[in-house]
Amino acid sequence: MACQNNELLLPAYFDGELDLVRNIEFEDHLRTCPLCAQHLSELQAMRSSIQSANLYERAPESLRSRIRAALPAEARPQPIAMPRRRTFEWLAVAAAILIAVVLGAKMLPNIGAEKQNLVAEEIVASHIRSLQPGHLYDVESTDQHTVKPWFDGKLDFAPPVVNLADQGFPLIGGRLDYVGHRNVAALVYQRQKHFINVFVWPEDSKPANPPSTQTIQGYNLVFWSHNGMYFCAASDLNLAELRQFTQLLER
Amino acid sequence: MEVKRGASQAGAFEQVVLPHLDAAYNLARWLVRNTHDAEDIVQEAYLRAFKFFGGYQGGDARAWVLKIVRNTSYTFLEKNRPADLSEEFDEKVHTDTAEQPGAEAALLQSADTRMVREALAELPVNFREVIVLRELEGMSYKEIAEVMGKPIGTVMSGLARGRAQLRDHLVQMRPEVRGKVRTKVSNEPPDEAEEQLGLPK
Repeated sequence: MACQNNELLLPAYFDGELDLVRNIEFEDHLRTCPLCAQHLSELQAMRSSIQSANLYERAPESLRSRIRAALPAEARPQPIAMPRRRTFEWLAVAAAILIAVVLGAKMLPNIGAEKQNLVAEEIVASHIRSLQPGHLYDVESTDQHTVKPWFDGKLDFAPPVVNLADQGFPLIGGRLDYVGHRNVAALVYQRQKHFINVFVWPEDSKPANPPSTQTIQGYNLVFWSHNGMYFCAASDLNLAELRQFTQLLER
Repeated sequence: MEVKRGASQAGAFEQVVLPHLDAAYNLARWLVRNTHDAEDIVQEAYLRAFKFFGGYQGGDARAWVLKIVRNTSYTFLEKNRPADLSEEFDEKVHTDTAEQPGAEAALLQSADTRMVREALAELPVNFREVIVLRELEGMSYKEIAEVMGKPIGTVMSGLARGRAQLRDHLVQMRPEVRGKVRTKVSNEPPDEAEEQLGLPK
């Protein structure tokens, strides 16, 4: 006989869609229900064979340039001003800046380098958002030769990508992110159960007077420059290990 | 209303929407199962996305783009391959595999690339798309629901049935497995054994 939990809870558990409490409850159930445990291992097996089959179909470069070429042509003919929308947009931007500044000031009473703190706040927000289901990476791979080319054409720079699996910090993927008013590369590494996001962008647009480390809401941030790139590693990992990690990256 | 936009909007579009081109192509490619059509569909979808970009309220850009790609793909299928849309999951043939979680984990794990690709391509389009969005695109139920414009319940049932069917396809593709499993229940008549395994006759 099938277990009732097979129908709804098991897939939701498997897909990381359960909240913390139900997640714990279901793990308790798993220990006592061989049916669910077996079904779960099937789901996992199927997922791993899907993952290793490399079924993701990437857009050919020709399509990318075809679309790029088509877009500005659409855009150029009549740059008509739309007063109402524009006003609203500017109001929205102004409001967003105001909110960001107020929030920033509230959370960080000792603002030294404001810009740096805003960037740090953005990074922490990005880091937290990335940990929500389905947001961690756009490209999932432990292979630096897959992750690095993935950024091609998505950024105006090529982020250095290394895998530190042998040193206990496996690369698990990458994604595009948006920090400090520009597109940045985010590389995702793992240390046991901790995730580390490394944000990378060119040094020339780094914030002024950056500190080397910072802790916000319990997340540790380490900032550094290397070979013309600016880096920020964000994680709930303890500062000592995070520093060890960033030193490995700098090599 | 169709509005032509200025260069700054094109810049924003490039930053927000263009990064999701791989996701767009992947979805279209799996929905129409053909590279040439997928390219045309993505290009058309991107031009539409550009046209509607003013209505984009911020939020999940990937889901927003994929929704347009999905609609464009379905319109294409309706026009050119209506048979693809009428493929139905045959409940009579495929019994609910959740009731017989067999010891097939090892087999499913070892399924080779070609088999997995074929099995996924053979799924009816509505199951194929949830599996692609969940397993290849890594989207949450909520994001998938947004792309499909359907309730989360529909996403979950599609995913469950799609996975069951994918599993069945994979099991069927391995003739030796049918033999192996059958020897386990060799005192049963073969027909009944197949019935129990949910394999088609």
